[in-house]
Amino acid sequence: MALTPDAVAKLAELARLSIDSQNVESTTGSVSDILHMIDQLKQVDTSEIAPLSHPMDLAQRLRADQVTEPNQREEFQEIAPAVERGLYLVPRVIE
Amino acid sequence: MHNKTIREILDDLASGEYSSREITSALLTRIKNLDPALNSFISLTEDQALAAAEAADALRSQGNARGLCGVPVAHKDIFCTKGVRTSAGSKMLDNFIAPYDATLVRHLAESGAVCLGKTNMDEFAMGSSNETSFYGPVKNPWDTERVPGGSSGGSAAAVAARLVPGATATDTGGSIRQPASLCGVTGLKPTYGRVSRYGMIAFASSLDQAGPIARTAEDCALLLESMAGFDAMDSTCIDKEVPNYSASLADSIRGLRIGLPKQYFNGDINAEVGTLIDNALEELKNAGATLVEVDLPHAELAIPTYYVVAPAECSTNLSRYDGVRYGYRCDDPRDLTDLYTRSRSEAFGDEVKRRILVGTYVLSAGFYDAYYRQAQKVRRLIQQDYITAFDKADLIASPTALSTAFKFGEKSANPIEMYQEDLYTIPANMAGLPAMSMPCGLIGGLPIGMQFVGRQFEEARMLNAAHQYQMRTDWHTLSPSVYGSAK
Amino acid sequence: MEWEIVIGLEVHVQLKTRSKIFSGAAVDFGQEPNTNACAIDLALPGTLPVLNAEVTAMAVKFGLAIDAEISRRSVFERKNYFYPDLPKGYQTTQLDEPIVGKAIIMLELEDGTEKAVRLHHAHLEEDAGKSLHEDFAGMSGIDLNRAGTALIEIVSEPDMRSSEEAVAFLKKIHSIVTYLDISDGEMSQGSMRCDANVSIRPMGQEELGIRAEIKNINSFRFVERAIAVEVERQIDLISDGGTVAQETRLYDANKNETRPMRSKEVANDYRYFPCPDLLPVELEKSYIQSLRDSLPELPDAKRKRFGGDYGLSNYDASLLTQERPFADYYELVAAECSDAKLAANWVMGELSAQLNKEDLKISESPLSAAKLGQLITRVIDGTISGKQAKQLFELLWTEGGEVDQTIEVKGLKQVSDSGAIENMIDQVIAENTQQVENFRSAAEDKRKKMFGFFVGQVMKLSQGQANPAEVNKILKEKL
Repeated sequence: MALTPDAVAKLAELARLSIDSQNVESTTGSVSDILHMIDQLKQVDTSEIAPLSHPMDLAQRLRADQVTEPNQREEFQEIAPAVERGLYLVPRVIE
Repeated sequence: MHNKTIREILDDLASGEYSSREITSALLTRIKNLDPALNSFISLTEDQALAAAEAADALRSQGNARGLCGVPVAHKDIFCTKGVRTSAGSKMLDNFIAPYDATLVRHLAESGAVCLGKTNMDEFAMGSSNETSFYGPVKNPWDTERVPGGSSGGSAAAVAARLVPGATATDTGGSIRQPASLCGVTGLKPTYGRVSRYGMIAFASSLDQAGPIARTAEDCALLLESMAGFDAMDSTCIDKEVPNYSASLADSIRGLRIGLPKQYFNGDINAEVGTLIDNALEELKNAGATLVEVDLPHAELAIPTYYVVAPAECSTNLSRYDGVRYGYRCDDPRDLTDLYTRSRSEAFGDEVKRRILVGTYVLSAGFYDAYYRQAQKVRRLIQQDYITAFDKADLIASPTALSTAFKFGEKSANPIEMYQEDLYTIPANMAGLPAMSMPCGLIGGLPIGMQFVGRQFEEARMLNAAHQYQMRTDWHTLSPSVYGSAK
Repeated sequence: MEWEIVIGLEVHVQLKTRSKIFSGAAVDFGQEPNTNACAIDLALPGTLPVLNAEVTAMAVKFGLAIDAEISRRSVFERKNYFYPDLPKGYQTTQLDEPIVGKAIIMLELEDGTEKAVRLHHAHLEEDAGKSLHEDFAGMSGIDLNRAGTALIEIVSEPDMRSSEEAVAFLKKIHSIVTYLDISDGEMSQGSMRCDANVSIRPMGQEELGIRAEIKNINSFRFVERAIAVEVERQIDLISDGGTVAQETRLYDANKNETRPMRSKEVANDYRYFPCPDLLPVELEKSYIQSLRDSLPELPDAKRKRFGGDYGLSNYDASLLTQERPFADYYELVAAECSDAKLAANWVMGELSAQLNKEDLKISESPLSAAKLGQLITRVIDGTISGKQAKQLFELLWTEGGEVDQTIEVKGLKQVSDSGAIENMIDQVIAENTQQVENFRSAAEDKRKKMFGFFVGQVMKLSQGQANPAEVNKILKEKL
């Protein structure tokens, strides 16, 4: 399946990526090539097959409801790009 | 000292031949001298290593040595190491000092292993040549104009160049086995769920699995014994006792049935590679194994399936890199969207972006069923092929990689061609099966590997066969002339 | 034109667990920002989720309480979108295979009728953090303490036809989750929030109108108002020839209006898919049964029991049983005074009015159930009159103290001693000879009104403490 540059731009927007104007063509081309390659899956008859999400056919293990994590704010915020009074700062959020 | 295997180092430490501090310091010096030409390490943790080595020596002198006490290792830079930069080969995490240890890192530290540093890798483990690393490509020690394979190219190259006797690595579609093949070392991808993924930076969650790279199957067994084990922090980690893999290495493989997929052993196989594999199979036959043909009818669909599942999972696994809580953040964001878009665009490389775009596409409304759901169904078909094949065979053998190491730039311009590199390795990830690669010969002075794929949780059987093969051959003892020396 | 209002609700209920749904960080509100956000909640690289057992148990209990289908297998999915209060860039939630399936919720309405609302499903998910907008020089501050708190989202079909029904639905959910003790249900603190999907259509039309989704309404009163004002907006819009946009809106309580949410302008594609870090949740039959066995008496059962045991009307019983502490209080009062109806009148009347007035919860009532029961007992046995009882109630409410002691000290006892009453009556007759004369000569049908005058005089003389029944009796004889 070949994509248009517009379609790639929309994908990029969803993924919060921007593609430089000089790379639009090559990105569109390589993504289209990959989609073309995976298109061959469509020819497989899987009508009777259940999807496989995990290689192991197991059920979720449950954790006891216990508080195990202490407050480590200081350590965690040491590596944060911008914090003030214990809060992570971002450009204003508009609701 | 640098030519010693882990098994030998453990014996030498036990006999007092040298101390952990001595070998640690010798290897650190060796890395500092030789690695600039190879670029296999992103970070060296010299101080911590020497302190850990001394602690290991102290334990040993008190008679409390166990596991890998005092053995130098390196961690792929995908595993979080507390207080040490953990970059995943990306500009995004160049400034990320992990505030916690991955479970695997903790397990190895608890067994006394000494971490020398963090090895280079393709960005977020996406690549088969190590050319996507933010820190520049790793060079193949056998020929520095060639790639080491990827994504665990740093771990494979460091072991091949005798900078470290063993290293941790991860494998999502072949990232342990293919570089092991291209660098002439032994690498094992365990069963999905055998080793905890907690603290291992995710690429594709349902495929990622950590494992060891070392020179021999015996060393892989020793490393895996310490790496594996249940972890309550990983829902997909399996609560199953870790066998003593070393204990069964010497067992006879008489009667072992080795399956040869007819899809691989047809006319397409590289002739030189095919000859080396045939020779290796002959050795296994001499050791008592029998060869049977098996059928993997959906083998050719492994790559397209992988390139739906892996990008889909990675596209959302990488959404957390948004410049808010850690990692790269662009300068002066205008607004929230600008913060996200520029931070991500400036810090992710082309291959990572490409896979995020593909993953976003296959999950998006209207395409999910045709791509993602369909790929999951084909994934089941691939798994079923193996279940059927394992009725006839105990192990499945094939080449690990299409060929020997290629030159830098040879495939990087064409992603689809690069993706073919993982033709033989991807199916094991699809089915969650253990698989390993071991050296089985040289072509034009460059190593090539043979792959085994085993049943779920049958790492022991695989390691046993690989060890028996290595007892009869010396391909695994060869080293690139610049980096090895006679024992 | 006559319009029909169509409402569907999505109710988010925070579950009362000690730790978060996928991490061992504490669920504890009002703490310093980001002190309850662990590595997993912050989505540090390499971290992974593990499901909290209590969360599953609570969801199953909820499902059992409403007699819903319980999924033996449910699946967590990722809902992908970027937002600063969502650290992973996706919310872990359930979509195709939720833990609680279809059910029918019965509402008891004020007019005594019942209304069935279909539940589409209820699923588990994680809550997001909070954005704080003040004081950061054009920036917002992100607090992730709430991120990863377990929520159950209860999704109704568009079956409600008025804002009153919507409020009744919400109250019913509130009642069930607090009975089960799986949530504190505090709407003001956001432990229960509601999104309302509102549309209108011409009466009799089958096809649904275009709906607007009003997000994050956090009180019963606001639900009622937000829906009312949104309906008004839609009617005006359509009457003026416009069309309703399918969009997400916010209710502004200060202005009493809804407005579009700007952040949700860009149509999103959430790209749901099963979370590869979590395995399917599979529930054993025996596990479900053990939870069923542990269920407390639920509002519906209690309501029926109150109707039967106490002879209360269905509506009274449903009011009394809406909140478990309220029902428990009532039962104690009824047991103490042995008059269930009188107890109901007091609890729903005087007590509720006072609680509302002071905005108190039943658990904060200064008057214990035992005391209210004793007070009612003193009314029944004639020690105090109804009027005195109200005085006594106020005294006990504001000043505390014991029932009998207060009656004694404040002289609230009504006089039932026939000798004392007789003396007072004699005095009244002596002081009002003309009226006595008139009474005695009046026709029978006029006497009734005139009799009242004498009763009034006696009561006045007794300062209201004479037992009215006794006064009537003796006065009749004397006159």
